[in-house]
Amino acid sequence: MSDFNQELDARGLNCPLPILRAKKKLNAMTAGEVLKIIATDPGSVKDFEAFATQTGNELMGSSENDGEFQFLLKKGG
Amino acid sequence: MSGKNLTIIATKGTLDWAYPPFILSSTAAALGYNVSMFFTFYGLQLLKKDLSLSVSPLGNPGMPMPLGMDKWFPVLGTTIPGMQAMMTGMMKSTIKSKGVASVAELRSLCLEADVKMIGCQMTIDLFDIKHEDLIEEIDLGGAATYFEHAGESDINLFI
Repeated sequence: MSDFNQELDARGLNCPLPILRAKKKLNAMTAGEVLKIIATDPGSVKDFEAFATQTGNELMGSSENDGEFQFLLKKGG
Repeated sequence: MSGKNLTIIATKGTLDWAYPPFILSSTAAALGYNVSMFFTFYGLQLLKKDLSLSVSPLGNPGMPMPLGMDKWFPVLGTTIPGMQAMMTGMMKSTIKSKGVASVAELRSLCLEADVKMIGCQMTIDLFDIKHEDLIEEIDLGGAATYFEHAGESDINLFI
């Protein structure tokens, strides 16, 4: 996966905490910066897609490896 | 920011039913919604500084029981003294072990995200609820206050 500016470890957290923590992290970032999120909640796959669509932040990548999900969110303008 | 509005009427004061209003409100706020929550009747319990919420298996056949208790316990078993405290303790430890936030945590995340919380004045009078027992971040209002928000809102939920 490509470069990122900030990282969020949301492993072990359940809905809606991964989204809420990601939102908090994004608030402190500037437009164009990328947040990498690692989560274990299977529901977070759909939820991060929905979050990106509704907030204007771009979901650049989403992948699964061994029960862990990785997301790259680029902060919108 | 979407600039959309959401209102939720929270009417239930049990540990299990505390979750839907706070989960939806905190998530909506994260999505850019302006959120107003109205707490009425037993929902006022969710505004107490000291959140001592319980869950009861009584009259709730949908509640999963541990250790196959639903098989060997008749419905009457759920009325045994101490059963409610036991089920509440079990649910709290399950919540923790599954990485689900506590009600208090979700409530403070809502407040942090500027979710507006309004307590029903009539319920406070009806049940003699003390103002000092409630968190300070709330406003009080009545049905007309609710509609002032709901009339301008995109989504209105009754929970």
